[in-house]
Amino acid sequence: MWLWLHKLGSPPHAYRLLGKMAPWFGWPALALILLATWWGLAWAPRDYQQGDAFRLLYVHAPSAWMSMFTYVVMAVAAGIGMIWRIKLAHAAAASCAPIGASFTFLALATGSIWGKPMWGTWWVWDARLTSELILLFLYLGYMALRSSFDDPQRADRASAVLAIVGVINVPIIHYSVEWWTTLHQPASVTKLDKPSIAIEMLYPLFIMMLGFQLYFGWAISRRLRGEILRRERNAKWLKEST
Amino acid sequence: MTPRQKRMATVAAILVGVGIATAFALQAFNKNLLYYYSPTQIHAGEAPEARSIRVGGLVENGSVQREVGSLEVRFTLTDFANTVGVSYTGILPDLFREGQGIIARGKMRDDGVFIAEEVLAKHDENYMPPEVKDSLKPHMDAAQASNQGAGT
Repeated sequence: MWLWLHKLGSPPHAYRLLGKMAPWFGWPALALILLATWWGLAWAPRDYQQGDAFRLLYVHAPSAWMSMFTYVVMAVAAGIGMIWRIKLAHAAAASCAPIGASFTFLALATGSIWGKPMWGTWWVWDARLTSELILLFLYLGYMALRSSFDDPQRADRASAVLAIVGVINVPIIHYSVEWWTTLHQPASVTKLDKPSIAIEMLYPLFIMMLGFQLYFGWAISRRLRGEILRRERNAKWLKEST
Repeated sequence: MTPRQKRMATVAAILVGVGIATAFALQAFNKNLLYYYSPTQIHAGEAPEARSIRVGGLVENGSVQREVGSLEVRFTLTDFANTVGVSYTGILPDLFREGQGIIARGKMRDDGVFIAEEVLAKHDENYMPPEVKDSLKPHMDAAQASNQGAGT
């Protein structure tokens, strides 16, 4: 077990493993996202009230979910890197940030596009929208903080603290619609009760969520490989393998 | 303590510390984080009177009146316990209809009519095809009338 973990933590081994894993994430992700897009746009019935505009949900909800998921992965990786001093864990956290920031931006943008016709406004400062915007700033702040250090080790440690502190925001985003009155509607799917969305509308949403999850696996494999290359650019194993 | 345990304790302390600080801060700002007040809260005097506030509730069935020759609309917002009369001049969002959850921003006039500057539609968490909605309608109206608390 420990030997296996040590092997996993070694850059050359992780580099090869990630290279092998990436296509196993990438191709199913592409297939599922295409299937869910077609299903969601062409097959799923219109909403009784929103008509076709509700179809933005198929991009909005999975990206919002992934924006929080990615942050938790990033914070856990940063914590592992900080406690056990594993460089690979810090590299993984660093690779998460741009992916998470993109998901957050996508969630905010699609929400805004949906909000204009449905609510009557692009943006309001209610608890849900504001906390999701803070999440975007946390990602951006994390990336800015990393790039402000020349020494990668100091960048790792300083940014890990920010990542861990910011994880408090994730439950706030999730429960904001329950703790306070917001313009944003409460959760339809991620709750203990039965989903408040018709089953024929739910299938493509689940497929899309799974597709996004696999896409994350693909993106993190690729990014982490790049991060390893950058950090190990002077290492012996790299020169031997090329 | 080994250095590793020390670092573990640091991470735990950061999480607990920030968690507690955030909980207190949110507790302190609780009122400001509410996006809107319900008609019941307004009747109880919980909403500030001097500044602009938001009221949220359902548009009461049969209460929408349009002024001939202008964009003025008058309707009543209800949370099934209390109501607030609202007057608004302007373009309403697509989802505005009787029975719909609405959030209006504006000020209370002395005669108890709420003068809205902005009206937003609050969508609920239910998504369904029109056929399902039609078949549900009789049950939903009954359920809504009996168990609705705050307007959502």
